[in-house]
Amino acid sequence: MKRDFLKIASKNFNSRLIVGTGKYKSFLECSKAIKAAGAKIVTVAVRRVNISDKKKPVLMDYIDPKKITYLPNTAGCFTSDEALRTLRLAREIGDWKLVKLEVLGDKKSLLPDMIETLKSTEVLSKEGFKVMVYCNDDPLMAKRLENVGAVAIMPLAAPIGSGLGIQNYINIKIIRNQTKLPLIIDAGIGEASDAAIAMELGCDGVLINTAIAQAKKPIEMAKAMKYAVLAGRKSYLSGRMKKSLMGFASTTNKGII
Amino acid sequence: MKKTKKIKINLNGKTLFLAKGTSVYKVIKKTKLQPNKIAIELNKKIINKKNVNKIFLKNKDKIEIVHFIGGG
Repeated sequence: MKRDFLKIASKNFNSRLIVGTGKYKSFLECSKAIKAAGAKIVTVAVRRVNISDKKKPVLMDYIDPKKITYLPNTAGCFTSDEALRTLRLAREIGDWKLVKLEVLGDKKSLLPDMIETLKSTEVLSKEGFKVMVYCNDDPLMAKRLENVGAVAIMPLAAPIGSGLGIQNYINIKIIRNQTKLPLIIDAGIGEASDAAIAMELGCDGVLINTAIAQAKKPIEMAKAMKYAVLAGRKSYLSGRMKKSLMGFASTTNKGII
Repeated sequence: MKKTKKIKINLNGKTLFLAKGTSVYKVIKKTKLQPNKIAIELNKKIINKKNVNKIFLKNKDKIEIVHFIGGG
């Protein structure tokens, strides 16, 4: 059987679950969760080094970028300039070109500023970056992102860290039907069923951080997410039965006594 | 004896006094950071890590060293 890879910018990944590396109790717990989730891509953030604490452990000591693809993000950026600066620095660390762009517009809701996001996508794509773009669940904006060179469309299910699950099935479906680019639900997943639904809607993958990191048992939740993504994908590929308002018996009446 | 001239620079938000003519390489070495895990900005311009021994600091220079941390 043909293996079901997640293909992004001509590269195949053997998992449709992307995991964020924030909010874990420790790097050790984070690396265990990544392993349990079977993730091949993890998001990472770019921040100032703490120069006064030289012995502080660093992410790269726990998660080997040669084995797991690092996807640098622009978490905390509210303008295009901040996002561009962050990703250019990320590229400089180790020639990372596959990046996750997120430009936020509101500090409370953390919803994306799509004008700044669109502008940044275009600039980064022209600079040779492969840009996976966190965006609103807006089909028109998704199309525009595709037109300026995005390599993956990553609409939110709900606000970042909210755990509310997919709020707008219809728009996700519309985006699915209009694009051949990888469609990855990013943000708002709360539990395994949300991840399965995302996959059943035809998404190519999901990106999860808080739902795993803030679960009571993060490693177990990482496993649950892994199975949910696999189950949802299989379900989507298998083609669901038709819905009916009335009942249809599963057992034949023939030979009834 | 001639007194060595000091320059004042800013490294990741902290003020440092260094000898005039100190290279970026020397500063990185002092931090004990591994070059393959960091990126460096000098006065908001990214510098090529291969050239750090050829870049000498001036008074009021501002260095930012960044690395990857956990993030979603």
